[in-house]
Formats: sequence, C-alpha cells, structure tokens
Amino acid sequence: MSAVLQTWTDICAVDDILPGTGVCALVEDRHVAVFRLQVADGDRFYAIDNVDPKSGASVLSRGLLGNLGERVVVASPLYKNHFDLATGECLEAPEQSVRAHGVRIDAGRVNVTLAG
Amino acid sequence: MKIIVVGHGMVGHKFLESLAETGLPDVEVTVLCEEPRAAYDRVHLSEFFSGKTAEDLSLVESGFFERTGFTLRLAARAASVDRIAKTVTTLDGEVLPYDKLVLATGSNPFVPPVPGREREHIHVYRTIEDLEAMKASGRKSKTGVVVGGGLLGLECAKALRDMGLQAHVVEFAPRLMTVQVDEGGGRVLRAKIEELGLTVHTGRNTQEITDGATGRHRMVFADGTHLETDMIVFSAGIRPRDELARQCVLAIGPRGGVAIDSACRTSDHDIYAIGECASWNEQVFGLVAPGYDMARVAARHIAGDKDAAFVGADMSTKLKLMGVDVASIGDAHGRTPKSRSCQYVDELRQIYKKIVISEDGKQLLGAVLIGDATEYGTLLQMALNGITLPADPEFLIFPSSDGKAKPGLGVEALPDAAQICSCNNVSKAAICGAVGEGACTVAEIKACTKAGATCGGCVPLVTQVMKFEMARRGMAVNNHVCEHFAYSRQEIYHLVRVGNIKSFDDLLARHGKGLGCEICKPVAASVFASCWNEFVLKKDLAGLQDSNDYYLGNIQKDGSYSVVPRMPGGEVTPDGLIAVGQVAKKYGLYTKVTGGQRVDLFGARVEQLPPIWEELIAAGFESGHAYGKSLRTVKSCVGSTWCRYGVGDSVGLAVALENRYKGLRSPHKIKFGVSGCTRECAEAQGKDIGIIATEKGWNLYICGNGGMKPRHAELFASDLDKDELVRMIDRVLMFYVRTADRLQRTSTWRESLEGGLDYLKDVLIKDSLGLCAELEAQMQHVADTYQCEWKTAVNDPETRKRFRSFVNSDKADEHVVFVEERGQIRPASAEERNASQGVAA
Repeated sequence: MSAVLQTWTDICAVDDILPGTGVCALVEDRHVAVFRLQVADGDRFYAIDNVDPKSGASVLSRGLLGNLGERVVVASPLYKNHFDLATGECLEAPEQSVRAHGVRIDAGRVNVTLAG
Repeated sequence: MKIIVVGHGMVGHKFLESLAETGLPDVEVTVLCEEPRAAYDRVHLSEFFSGKTAEDLSLVESGFFERTGFTLRLAARAASVDRIAKTVTTLDGEVLPYDKLVLATGSNPFVPPVPGREREHIHVYRTIEDLEAMKASGRKSKTGVVVGGGLLGLECAKALRDMGLQAHVVEFAPRLMTVQVDEGGGRVLRAKIEELGLTVHTGRNTQEITDGATGRHRMVFADGTHLETDMIVFSAGIRPRDELARQCVLAIGPRGGVAIDSACRTSDHDIYAIGECASWNEQVFGLVAPGYDMARVAARHIAGDKDAAFVGADMSTKLKLMGVDVASIGDAHGRTPKSRSCQYVDELRQIYKKIVISEDGKQLLGAVLIGDATEYGTLLQMALNGITLPADPEFLIFPSSDGKAKPGLGVEALPDAAQICSCNNVSKAAICGAVGEGACTVAEIKACTKAGATCGGCVPLVTQVMKFEMARRGMAVNNHVCEHFAYSRQEIYHLVRVGNIKSFDDLLARHGKGLGCEICKPVAASVFASCWNEFVLKKDLAGLQDSNDYYLGNIQKDGSYSVVPRMPGGEVTPDGLIAVGQVAKKYGLYTKVTGGQRVDLFGARVEQLPPIWEELIAAGFESGHAYGKSLRTVKSCVGSTWCRYGVGDSVGLAVALENRYKGLRSPHKIKFGVSGCTRECAEAQGKDIGIIATEKGWNLYICGNGGMKPRHAELFASDLDKDELVRMIDRVLMFYVRTADRLQRTSTWRESLEGGLDYLKDVLIKDSLGLCAELEAQMQHVADTYQCEWKTAVNDPETRKRFRSFVNSDKADEHVVFVEERGQIRPASAEERNASQGVAA
C-alpha cells in the first residue's frame, strides 16, 4: 500500500448487510455498492461504484452475487452485465467498467475508502 | 487521412463501426447526416407505431462518437462534390476537404407520377418524420390505403390497421410480394392477410387521385374501378439516391445507383458508395444485409486491405408479417432451367411450402415458406452450402405424421465457411474456434463471436453447432443450469424435494460448487418456494432473489420500482379504486391500467415501497406478485352476471381461481383467462390456462401464450364443473412446475414434451403415472400457506430495514429523476437528467 493518506468512512455495522447481498452507501457524495459474501472461511467484503454505466441507474448493490470461473461478480439487476467485485471490470463490455474501492472491517463496523 | 461519409443511415453507421474496428490510425472522419437524428433501425421502423421511441430504435451505442473521435453533423446536407479539389460543399456553403469520400445516401421511396399525389394526407414510409406525419393523419382518418404489396407495404398496412384504420393494400402486380413469393405462396399469404382484417386489391393500377365522396380521396384505377379512403401511403419500391454522384459525374448503373466495383469504389477511386445508393454488377440491393457487407468491405479497403471484396448477396429473407411467417430462399420461383419443385399446401391451416430442387435432385436451389417457416434455417444452409439433399427431399417440408424428427440438416454437413449468423457474418469455423477456446454456453459464444447477438434468429443453429463441436471434442454436452450445478432445473427440483433441502448453502454444499450466480440462485429460490413456500425474504432466502423479488416490485430502467396491487379477476370496488388513486397521488406515481386488468403504479423509490404497501394493505389490497415468476393475473370478461350473451359467471370463477393460485412460484410467469362464452372477450386461448364457459360447464385450454412467440392454447378437457376444473388446473400447473426448465413458458414446455398433448392427458387425466393425488396435495399446500409478501415485509422491522436507498443516509437517490408528460411523471432521459443535475455522479 502506498503512503498516500486514506480516509476511511464508517458505513454501517457488519450485520446491517445480510450475507449474500449488498447495500448502497453514500461516501463523500459517491454512491458505493458494498457487498458481503459468505464463504467457507468467513465473510468477504467488496465495494464498487453503485451506478450501472449502461443504464445510469444507481442499482448495482441490488444485483445477485456469485462467481463466474475464478471471478467473484455481481450481475446488474437491469441488464445482467457482470462486474468483477475485486476490480470493477465489466466482463461483457470493459468500456463500461466501474471503480472498485477499499473496504475494511473495524470493530464490527464496515469502513470504505474511495479509490484514488 | 480525412474521410467524409455522406449519409448516416444503417449502412453509413455500419461503415463507421467497421472503420473503427480496423484500428486505422490518424483518421479524421466527418459524417454528414441530413436527418435531424443519428442512425436508427429502419428495419424495425414499424415498431415505432407499437410504442417504440426514436431513442429505442437508435443504432448508435452510447459514447460511440466520443470514443472514436468521429464527428457527426446532424441536419447537414451535402450539396455538391468537387472531385478535382476533393471537397464536399454543404447546403450551408461550407467546404470540407476529403482524402476518401464515402457515399451512403441510401434511397428515396418511389412515388409513381399519379395526378393528385401531392394532395394532403398522402405519405411515404421511410423516416421517423414520415411515420410521425402518418400518425397525425391516422388520427384524423377512418380508412387508409397502402400502395404497394411488397414487404414494406404490408408492414405499413399493419401499422395502419394497428392505428385502428380500415386498411387496404393496392398492388399493381397480380399478387403480393412478387419478388419473394410465387403464385401459390401469394394466394395463401393473401388469405392470411385478409383474415387479419385487411382488404387486398391486386392487379390495380392507380390512374388518378381526386376528391372522394365518402372518404377524403378517391383513387381511380385503370380498370375503371375506384376506392375511397382518408389517407394514402406509397410504398412502391425505392430509387437510389445518386444525385450527388450524377452532379460530380460518376458512372451510374443501368437502373440508377452509383456504379461500384467489388471494393465498393466508384469510377473515382477515392470515392466509395455503399448500400442502397450503390449499383454493383448492375444490381441495386434493397436489403440491409448486403449494405452491411458493402460497409465492411469499404472500411477494410480504405484501411489498406486490398483483398476486401463484395461478392454479391444472398437475397433470402425471413420475416414475420402481422404474425404470418414468410420466407423466401434463393431461386424461389424455380427459374433455373430444368429445376423441379415440390409443394405442400394445407388450406385448412393456411400453410404453403415449396422447395426448388436441381435437375439431379441433389441440390436445393430455392424455397418459399408461408404460414410456418420452421425449416428456414436448415433450408437456407442447404441452399447456401450446396449440401447434398437426402433421398426423399420432400420430407424436408412435409409434416411428419408419426411425430418423428424430420431429416434435419446434420450440422456436421456444413462446411467450415458456412455463414451461421448473417447479421454479424459469423461462420461455422468461428463458432467452432470459440468452442476450442473454451466457450461452452451460447452466452459465451455470443460474447466472443457476436453470433446470435443481433436478431437472434440463428441462436438455435448456433446452439446446434456449438453442441456438435463440443461433442466432437469429447466435451460433455449438457442441460446444466449454470457452471455451479451439473443438473437441469428439473433435476434440482428432485434433489431439493427428495433431500428435503431448504437452503441454498445446503444445496450448494451437497450438489453444487462455487458461490452460485444470478442464474442458479433464482432457480433455487423458485424451487424452494414451490416445495416449501416460505417467506421469500427470509434471511437465508433473501440473497437468492432477483431485484424484483427482493423488493417485491418491478425494477424499471431508472432503478425505481412499480407496484401492482392484486385485483382478482380485474374486479375492484369504487372505494378500492379511489384508495389506489390516493396512494398514487400522494407519492406522485405514474398510473397505468395494465394488459392484465390491474393498475400499475410506477416511479416508487425503494424507501417509499413499505409506506405505499401499508396504505394499499389498509385499503384491502394484497401484493399482485407482478414481480415474481408466479401467477400474475386471471383476466375475465364480465360474464353472465351482466352480459346478454354470457353463459357462465366468468368473474366469479376468475376471482376464485386467482385467489387459489396467487403467489404460486413457477419456472416462468403464468397468466389465466376466463371467458363467459365462446365470444372469448377475455382472450383465454392466448393464456397459459384458458377457461371458456359452455352450456354444460367449463372448457379448459392449456399452454397458450401471447408475447414474442404466440401460441394458441389447446383444449385439454371439456364441460367440467368447478371442482373438476380446479383439480385439473392443480395437476397441470404442478406438473409444469415440477418438470419445466428454467424460464420455460408453458407453451415451450408443452412443445418440448415428447408425446405432446396426448401424453399430458394420459398423465393428468387418466393418471397413468399415479401422480395426480400428489400433485393436487402439493398445490393444496401452496394454497394453504399463501401469505401476502408485502404484509409480511412491512410488519417485520428487520425486513423493513432493507428498504432504503442508502445504508448510511436518509437522502433520496438523485439518479431517479422524473419529468412530466401528458399530466404524469416519466423517467427523465439521460440528457434531461444531466441537464437537471450537472453530470451524474
């Protein structure tokens, strides 16, 4: 990690996100989709932009989670494009990719930091 | 290099896309478009009448011009070309230099020089502006005539009919669609078109248009007869727009059009012409596919590919005209010397099929299919690739009496070069190559080759080629729902039921792998609901639900939701109606009466859903399940209570049935219709379950379907009393729920069932498998455990917490923006939204 100072925004409690689903958070006026995924060794959290570039609607947090091969993805609820949760890349149309942001869990709270 | 493109129609835009794909560096492209809007899909222009907007029809992918750096100038017309100075002068007097000039000016509709043709309420059918003018005329007219019985003319006649006009088609030739269809086909086509309420006049030559006595115009024909009408649309062919080429003295083809060589160059090698304005080999092509080919060739040639060549076009077509299949392949008229033909005519069902075969009986030269074009794909491939015909080629078009498969086209017979997807020019070799690189679903093939990504007509063939190639490579060909489960939906259903599985984690652990996805999760949710019928938003089921099920509303394109309260049988009290209106008014929702006799309320943000439901529930409403793959509506006519013809109480029955099956989760949505007599005002035979009253009881029809692929329901049982009827419906629906594939409608399920309707009757009426009692009991369980999901959601604080735009703020989502239209809200367009808030976050 670089030495750039990161600002973490407290979003909600871990349990405010139902396992296997996402929520939308407002982070410095940006809509960020935060997902909680349950895997064998516990919870994993991801954050990407919430606005679906194809429709302009703020909906990615409402997509279904899953994996396509090695990639952990969310399917947009509108046109079912898949976004890689780790990178924000849109698998079907890379020019419609979104940004991926940082997430950490601190004392049972979910924190998000916007990517540079 | 400076490139100027004159014309931004379908072909002009395809040229731009192809040029961008070549990656040619340092190009400066300017497009002059005389219309006020960018390229749109003229092939589907008639959908403009069925509610599509100019925006829906647009062909330009958002961000295309920003990404490529090409310049599009709308409402800019090229007035002249100076070939010596290499410049184009616009109508405004601006002079633009070019290195390469591409003419993509298309064609004009041809209007024969009939006296009176300049009268008002006489139109052509070409641009969105023409259609808007037709719409305006249509509102002031009762009758309309289309001159021209070709493809476009018939489409246009349908548009007039859909506008509620008494529509006529006037054709000079002795039959309709002379180019594509032979005499026998023309007869069947005419009968089908007339059955749809249009009047066809063939062999009529319009001499003059004058004032009418009963209509606005009187068309006087050469044979002395006349026809009166309020509006006229000319659709009598096209004339290439070659005026620029004539002005700068380029060679012109014998029947008009700019003459081009196989590289699409005109007689000036820096000027190219493509599409309907071009004449190749003395021929002008009035279809979009050859124009697309020319566009690709010209782009590649300009980019330096000297081998790029246009080699002519296959003029085979298949279309659905007013619900009538019409297809024509190759030498449809049998003009090849010594060719032989073989016809099949079914006057009862109005089906006409003909194949034209070479003298030696080994090659298919052409075909005509009217009324049913199922064999189009196979026949086309046989004709295009010169595949040797089977010994009895007539069975290619004859219906098989014993239900056996027809002699299909083994996809192995196709040469590698066979074009499978003509929209995107994808060969068999390209699809096999994609399989070799690991693509093993149609979605993956689409993504990496674009095959099947445009009109979708070739998807069955793409699937066959893919499966064949997978089998050839020793890969397992399967009907697995997705990569996480090596099972079909039916198999998953059995695993869940037999293993008493109630959670996705359990299902995944025992029978799947990975994390699941947006395909298998809703399948699991639907199967759990059919088997156990628990609240869909229960904690460990919530993550399986599509957005619609998760928010118990229908997601719309701007991320807002629509809400449909249930109105069983379409019956609603005045107080109920007032309450719905009050809720809509309070929350500023757009209201629309749906096709299923209910009221849909649009434009609710997620955080508004619970209070809206609370108010609707307080007024006595329940969730209409308009969001789920579940029972939607039971449509009814007014029945014997009020109607002078009604023989049964259709409303009473509809209400009872809707209440029994409401909320039933199924592979796809289900609709019912109940008509009180054979006049069929509820259109029950277009529904999954259709019921029609008889003097002796109720007739049950099953597996009908409206929509993309309409199918008439079939009579399953007659003269039932109400209890028998309910038992039969229980069995049919539960059998469907148990055995259908994911997202398979009852119509396709029925068509895929081996043994067909007789098999269903054996199993569900004669109980040949001994299943009936179980099916009925399971349906009873679903009915007994019904709950209104809205009510459960609003009454549970934990569930209710999920309905908010932001987890950490009470702000509203500023991406949901409305503007007013016809006194109500609608979602703002992207431009309107950006204008209202700067640039979207």
